[in-house]
Amino acid sequence: MSKPYNNTKATLALAKASFRSIMRSPSAVVFTLAFPLIFILVFGFLGRGGVKVDLAIAPGSDLQNPIVKALEQISVVHIIKDKDPAELKTGLEKGNIDAVINVQKNIQDAPAYLANVQYTSASIDKGTILKSVLNNLMYTLNSKDIKPSIAQLNESTVQGRVYRTIDFILPGQLGFSLLSTGVFGTAFVFFSLRQTLVIKRFFATPVSRASIVFGEGIARIGFALCGAVFIILIGHFFFHFTLIHGIITVLNMLLLAIIGLIVFMGFGFVVSGIAKSESTIPPISNIITLPQFLLSGTFFSIDAFPSWLQPISRALPLTYLNDAMRKVAFEGAGLWDVKHQILIMIIWGIGVYAVAVKVFKWE
Amino acid sequence: MDKTNAIISVKELVKKYDDFTAVKGISFEVYENEIFGLLGPNGAGKTTTLEIIETLREKTSGEIIVDGYSVDKDANKIKRIIGVQLQAAGYYPNLNLVELMELFSGLYGVDIKPMEMLEKVNLQDKARAKYKALSGGQKQRFSIATTLINSPKIIFLDEPTTGLDPQARRNLWDLIIDIRNNGTTVVITTHYMDEAEQLCDRVAFVERGEIIALDTPDNLIDNLINSGFERTKEVKKANLEDVFINLTGKEWREDN
Ligand SMILES: Nc1ncnc2c1ncn2[C@@H]1O[C@H](COP(=O)(O)OP(=O)(O)OP(=O)(O)O)[C@@H](O)[C@H]1O
Ligand SMILES: [Mg+2]
Repeated sequence: MSKPYNNTKATLALAKASFRSIMRSPSAVVFTLAFPLIFILVFGFLGRGGVKVDLAIAPGSDLQNPIVKALEQISVVHIIKDKDPAELKTGLEKGNIDAVINVQKNIQDAPAYLANVQYTSASIDKGTILKSVLNNLMYTLNSKDIKPSIAQLNESTVQGRVYRTIDFILPGQLGFSLLSTGVFGTAFVFFSLRQTLVIKRFFATPVSRASIVFGEGIARIGFALCGAVFIILIGHFFFHFTLIHGIITVLNMLLLAIIGLIVFMGFGFVVSGIAKSESTIPPISNIITLPQFLLSGTFFSIDAFPSWLQPISRALPLTYLNDAMRKVAFEGAGLWDVKHQILIMIIWGIGVYAVAVKVFKWE
Repeated sequence: MDKTNAIISVKELVKKYDDFTAVKGISFEVYENEIFGLLGPNGAGKTTTLEIIETLREKTSGEIIVDGYSVDKDANKIKRIIGVQLQAAGYYPNLNLVELMELFSGLYGVDIKPMEMLEKVNLQDKARAKYKALSGGQKQRFSIATTLINSPKIIFLDEPTTGLDPQARRNLWDLIIDIRNNGTTVVITTHYMDEAEQLCDRVAFVERGEIIALDTPDNLIDNLINSGFERTKEVKKANLEDVFINLTGKEWREDN
């Protein structure tokens, strides 16, 4: 009794209890780890090879000719042989095959070969790639023995960093994992602690409200950071996720994660305050998380969205977290370089917590 | 027992829920180191009164002093010297009893050995069980154990024996008497009059938010007899509860 009451001790005791509880709650683990990891695995494997054009060789086509030989050397082109005409037809219709080529020896003298290419409207973009590949190839083959009369084109590519699908997908998944843990986790925990009278029992002890909020916050941030480290490590070691400055990059990402998570937890406090029953928490949370999941550049760059959607995307906090994460991880930006993104997240945070203070309920 | 030393004093306490007055200006004192009972029918206002003293609910008017502290100004100091068992409360999900004890020791800012606390209520065998997995009686015992963590001066027990079997109830009485003998004041509510008679030094009868009688159980019974009351049925030397206890033994039972 003579000792003054220790708020830090109370906060840490709560953080420890909450952390244990989260680790034992299947839904928290699924949302934070399993979902992002599944997406990362799927995109990680999908994205390994980059763009491929599936080019089938028509039955009866000549195979021993310079055109097919050259095509086989081109990494973008994936040659498919031994398909019968029916398979080719459906393949083209569905877009599983991007084009069919038929090369025949010319009965007349020149040119030596005739190549017929059939494209499909089911795969126009890949057809276009193939078209330019073929043009290039034909030009090279046809002009092999001829000196150019006007100019010779020499092409070369600067060897840059390889930007893999994982470099885009992983930060997006990480951001979404933080968003769902922040919103769902916080909303559920405070709602149910209130509903099951756990908070009431807490209030019979000298613990302060601030300790309860901070204790829960520390536990959730701790848990989410463990998840983030796990996701980053899996991405890095299994799918070559780019971490330009290694551990420094990871630390910067974790700092960004904390900022994002604090903002997202604010949404969680709001939801726990306005939800009337446990079953209204998921729909209300989804109203907050789904638009961000879809519009914040989790799967596609927001530049790919129609122009009327882009302003909405650029208003969402997750957009800025994703953006900052990608800049830090792939471009090696420091936190100061993404101050603009951080500032917008902080503005969101101030707004959200202003609402949270108004609607949050203790009992 | 020094009967003049009041550790809790309640004066003209009023509690309104909207336009319904649940507590209508009651006054009473609880003396240091006694077991004080609040008795009365459902909805009489017992829980409301207790929770206002425990600083968990706002009062509408009146004055309450607990061990020299006012509930208005020193709620946090009061919380440090009381132990509270709520009529309805929950415990942090997914934690076992030892972990819950650790949590509470942090919340109260004291160092305790969780196992020792559990032993006091004979729950050491359930140390690794979750609160949810306990039986009703075990839950009550666990709740009481949590009230003892901060070695409080006063503990409040709101219907601690409701739902317990006769042995568990008697064992809980022993525990409560033990707690009192260690110098703690106990405020208890119950619907069992035999319990109040056995346990309480003084009882207050509350009805519709008013205290209608307050005295020692002995005096209250004597007053009634002096007024000419007689039981309609002659009492036998034993009752059915004695039969139950006799048949099933008096020890803590594992499954209670
Ligand atoms: N939060 C509340 N809001 C409105 N009315 C309430 C509230 N809590 C209690 N009451 C009312 O106040 C009255 C006293 O309730 P209280 O819980 O204090 O009774 P009690 O004596 O503890 O009863 P019991 O023996 O059933 O536990 C009841 O009529 C109850 O309906
Ligand atoms: Mg009650």
